Amino acid sequence: MDIVVCVKHVPETAEAELKIDASGKGIEKSGLVFYINEWDDYALEEAVRIKEKFGGTVTAITVGAEDSDSTLRKCLARGADKAIRLTDPKFAGSDGYATAKILYSVIKNLHYDLVLTGMQAGDDGYAMVGPILAEMLGIPHTTMAKKIELEAGVAKVNRELEGGLEEQLEIKLPALISVQTGINEPCYVSIMGIRKAMQKEINVMTLADTGLSEADMGETGSWLKIEKLYVPPAEKQTEFLKGTPDEVAAKVAEILKARGFI
Amino acid sequence: MKFELTEEQLAIKNAVKEFCEKEFKPELALELDKKEEYPIELYKKAAKLGFTSMFFPQEYGGQGCGLLETCLAIEEMCRADSSLGVAISSGNFGSELILAYGSKEQKEKYLPSICKGETMSAAAFTEPNVSGSDITRMETTATKYGNEWWINGTKIFITNATLADFIVVLTQTDTKVRPTYRGETLFVVDKGTPGLETTKLHNKMGIRCSVTGEVNFDNVKVTDWNIVGELNRGFYHSMEFFDKTRVGVAAQAVGMAQGAWEIAFKYSKQREAFGQPILQHELIGCGLAEAMTKIEAARWLTYRAAWLIDIGKMDPMATAMAKQYASRVAMEATDFAIQTLGGYGYLGDYRVERYHRDAKITEIYEGTSEIQKLTVLKYLLRKY
Repeated sequence: MDIVVCVKHVPETAEAELKIDASGKGIEKSGLVFYINEWDDYALEEAVRIKEKFGGTVTAITVGAEDSDSTLRKCLARGADKAIRLTDPKFAGSDGYATAKILYSVIKNLHYDLVLTGMQAGDDGYAMVGPILAEMLGIPHTTMAKKIELEAGVAKVNRELEGGLEEQLEIKLPALISVQTGINEPCYVSIMGIRKAMQKEINVMTLADTGLSEADMGETGSWLKIEKLYVPPAEKQTEFLKGTPDEVAAKVAEILKARGFI
Repeated sequence: MKFELTEEQLAIKNAVKEFCEKEFKPELALELDKKEEYPIELYKKAAKLGFTSMFFPQEYGGQGCGLLETCLAIEEMCRADSSLGVAISSGNFGSELILAYGSKEQKEKYLPSICKGETMSAAAFTEPNVSGSDITRMETTATKYGNEWWINGTKIFITNATLADFIVVLTQTDTKVRPTYRGETLFVVDKGTPGLETTKLHNKMGIRCSVTGEVNFDNVKVTDWNIVGELNRGFYHSMEFFDKTRVGVAAQAVGMAQGAWEIAFKYSKQREAFGQPILQHELIGCGLAEAMTKIEAARWLTYRAAWLIDIGKMDPMATAMAKQYASRVAMEATDFAIQTLGGYGYLGDYRVERYHRDAKITEIYEGTSEIQKLTVLKYLLRKY
């Protein structure tokens, strides 16, 4: 079972104070701490677990600058066999579609039975690279996987739906699955893992290696253009629940459930 | 000159950080601090990932890293939680003596299980009456009768005393030689050896998750096999041992200072007084800026001392400076953290008071700050 996992090096934004940069279309990145996108962390873990069970290889791939190496090293330390970093100044400004094209140009030449991606990225949150990449590769895909079980030639995938529902479906391999958080419990990185990872080579590729042209990527190659990024004005929304304590409790539970808190 | 961690060192720091963020739960620390209990499960978990055996060679199951990497791990652990960090980072205290001076058989017997976290160890130097700062004379004696050495005496303030599977103990083997420190020898004694008794000391000011105890030797019989290093060279072995391990104490201090500072910084951005976050009030804001400046200075003193050891240029003055300064900074930074949190800082639930209590030990154990200053002075006099 050969698995390709797409990962992204993203800034940790939960606790940081974010500032819009001078262009008005992005955030100021200096001083932010970058790490592996949370969803990709689960995708990587799933890939490593599948490899441990069925054998094969895990290849981690990313489109990003040189500092993405720390995310790739982490993948290697946790059990990935190979790592590929696609780096070129021309890649900057690519949307999900252009990024998928870049990934496709390399993945199409790899042998794979399964491509895993995180369901979305913690920074821009488009959740589109996985499905677009699958279309380009001409393989079936499914999203928001909470459980993956492999059988001969197929994967049984449980998908998370709204309102606490789960759906189980069968998908023919090779396939692309985008993974939801909580599908597993990612392992910690061990020192031995790090030491081994440092011995491995990260395969760096540039625009020239992709066979794509400059027009395929960056803003020109993208379908989406960011107009502006801003902090929405704070609004206070209060809803008073009326009824008996039992009724109010039921409503509270319903609201929490609908928003995915329970 | 390169003031930068390598890619591998950064990865190590991050790996430990990630582990601690999830596993070092404040509730656990609070509970164990209250109950005076050791976080044994956490010690095993950290060991499994290699965080406690950083500089042990790979042939014994260690990670084959240096002291700097060890310090990075200690710092991250103590940053995440001062009490749990100290307890876990000193779970195998003393086993470094086996690594540095032990025989091949001793290393094979003790080190693999220490690296795996299956066992714990202790080192016993301090005695109730005289020796603590001054280890030039031991009241604990080892006397040879035939093929046996009989150990008698009492050691106090011994980290891991009741938990350790083996204890390395400094004894007086030659009571006649002058100066007396030329007659000291290290022995390794297994738990359960007849005549060996350990008791736990209670009501410590801090590091209450770490066990501190008394070790009593009553005709404890061992053989030449148990000698660690050379006969009558125990004092020299011990001094060299501390020149290394006390960099680890500096790393504990830096970690605690950083951890408390982060809690205070976060709080100061949220808590408002007179219509603005207290961070915006210069007395708090500048205090936090000054504290971080000192923490950063302590950090680089520590890293340099560790780095000197790793490249084989150990400098006891650099070690002493790092330990003395970092432990002072830890006291100041944790104190200011309490001050920043005000009334909340004085409450256990907000953690910083515990960091402060825990920080105090770094000025005492493995050579008091006073001894560190004397060491610095001694080397200064040689230079100037």
